[in-house]
Parts: sequence; C-alpha cells; structure tokens
Amino acid sequence: MNQWKNFTKGFIKENPVFVLLLGMCPTLGTTGTAINGLGMGLATTFVLVMSNLVVSLIKNLIPDKVRIPAFIVVIATFVTIVEMVMQAYLPSLYESLGLFIPLIVVNCIVLGRAEAFASKNTITSSVIDGLGIGFGFAFALTILGSVRELLGSGKLFDIAIYPEDYGMLVFILAPGAFIALGYIIAVINRLNKKNA
Amino acid sequence: MEYIIIIISAILVNNIVLNQFLGVCPFLGVSKKIETAVGMTGAVAFVMVLATIVTFLIQHYILIPFGIGYLQTISFILVIASLVQLVEIVLKKVSPSLYQALGVFLPLITTNCAILGVAILVIQKEFNLMEGVVYAVANAVGFGLALIIFAGLREHTDMQNVPKGLKGVPIALISAGILAMAFMGFSGIV
Repeated sequence: MNQWKNFTKGFIKENPVFVLLLGMCPTLGTTGTAINGLGMGLATTFVLVMSNLVVSLIKNLIPDKVRIPAFIVVIATFVTIVEMVMQAYLPSLYESLGLFIPLIVVNCIVLGRAEAFASKNTITSSVIDGLGIGFGFAFALTILGSVRELLGSGKLFDIAIYPEDYGMLVFILAPGAFIALGYIIAVINRLNKKNA
Repeated sequence: MEYIIIIISAILVNNIVLNQFLGVCPFLGVSKKIETAVGMTGAVAFVMVLATIVTFLIQHYILIPFGIGYLQTISFILVIASLVQLVEIVLKKVSPSLYQALGVFLPLITTNCAILGVAILVIQKEFNLMEGVVYAVANAVGFGLALIIFAGLREHTDMQNVPKGLKGVPIALISAGILAMAFMGFSGIV
C-alpha cells in the first residue's frame, strides 16, 4: 500500500508540473503537439528512473561534499544515452524536440528527486518514486500538448477532430503555451482544494 | 551588420524566454520584485558570457580534435557547474559588494537551462567566437528585458482584484502569455 502511494503521488497531489511548478522549460517548449509532449515525458521518465536507481546504489560511496557534481555526472550519462538512442531510432521525434533533449540534464525535477529522495531511500522505493514522478510529468506534458494541439490545429495525436481552419494558431505558438498552462493549473488547484 | 542582426534577433524576435522557453524557471521564480529581477539578470549575464566562451573553446579545441563530440552534454554541464562555483569564490574575495548583490542567485544558475541552452545553440548555429560572445550578451539582455518587464507586470497584478481561482501562478502564466504575444509583434523585423 505504501509503495502504491509512493507511485501515485506524482499524478495529481505532487505533480511536478501542475503543483510543484518544476521543469517548466521542457513543459512549455515541447508541447506543441500531444505526441511531442508524450515523447519528452517518457524520455525524462527514463532518465529519472535510471538516475534514481544509480544514485540510490552509490549513495554510501559518495562523499557528502561532492554529491551534487556526482549526481550531475550520473544524470548527464543517461541523458547522453537517451540522446543517442533517439537519434538512431526516432529521428523525427529527435528533430522536433531538438535542444530540449540535452537540456533534460538541467531539468530540476531529475536533480531534485536524486537529492531529495534517491540519496536517502532504498533502491526499490527510489525506482518506484522515479516511475511515479516521471509518469506524472509525462501525464502533465501530454495533457498540455493535447489541449494545445486540439485548440490550435483541431487534431489530437495527429487525428483530425475538426477542420484545421477553425483552429486558433496562437495555441501552437509560444503565447498559447503560457496561457493554456495557466488555465490548466487553475483547474488543478481547484480540484486539489476540493479533495482536501 | 552581421552583429546587429544577431543582437536584434536574440533580444526581440527570438526572445530566449518568451519565444524559446529557456530559463522559464527563474523567469517565474524570481520575478515577484523588480530588484531581485535585476540581480538575477546581472548574475545570468555574467555566467552566460563566461560559459559561452569556455564551452566554445572546449568544443573546438578538445571535443572536435579528439572526435569525442558525444561527450558534449556531460562536459558542458560539468564546466558550467564548476564555473559557477569558481565565480562564486572569486567574487567573494575580489568584490564583496558585487557578491552581496549576485551571491544568492549564483547557486540557482547551474540548473538554469538558458546557460546550457545558449552554450549549445552557439555550437549548433556554427558561430565563431566573437559572434558567440555577441549572441550570449544579446540573449542575456533579452532575458533581462523579459524578466524585468514581467516583474513589473506582476507587481501590478498583485494589487489588482484577480478572480480567486486564478490568483498566484495561473494569472502570472497568463500575463506571461500576453507578454509573449506582444513580443510576437517583432517577428519579421529581421
């Protein structure tokens, strides 16, 4: 039960994007379409789970003073792996996410979980924590991507819902990212208040 | 002329925060007061220019000659992290007054994606060193411009009667969106 709670906390209650407001740059920058948002979310999830796993394995070996640089090296290693695998097998996704893939390394969610959770907990709960927070992040990005894609071009996961001529282009462009996220956070705040 | 195009494009047309979504965390985090926004801008400008120069040299004199370009992400982030530490130590000794103004912001800068982002963009756009430095300075100015305008907006919206559900972060994001729309008006200049 406890591990289940550990897993589900990332979706609504401690959602990294909607509630904790971390990792805003990839959230806004890669959610032009739902697919891109999902891809970015899953890439980050992989890095998060693997770095949580490795950090919790080596937590007793690292001297306290150099722990942050050590964590950064671990994270950067997995980011490089994601970068190379994506370039080889998903070139079109790699192309559209562009700069934001190497920038996973400075995503505060990943370093934050390594420092706040994985360096203090067991291997199993660190991996579950990484999965939960990662899926919460992917979930948030997919929601925002779907809203923007639907309002902007009338499509959802590339399937036409209504004619593209009626779409509001601004939601695909930069301003729409900020505005859509603002309204989604307002809704989530309201939901969280009702549950509490 | 080349430099003027780089400067205008980086500050207004492709503003680093409002158009490219780099450095959004400090943009939302330290924009509650104009003074802190100015301090953060100073620290970012300082580190961004230094980091761009150092990473440019690493890319062209270490990574490319030895054919280890895939180590770009790891080496750049380590260089930026140690550079921030170094700047902190040097500033503390050399200029305590400047350290007092920028000190609190420096640790936050390691995880500011604008720094790493600009360093990588300079390599991707195949600038030479001088163009890279101009690009870094212009982006720092663009970051500062967006941050300071936004801080001013937020100081005002705090005093207004905002609908209850939108108070705080949501209204800040929506005003950032409107600000981004204003910057869209510059597209097509260069």
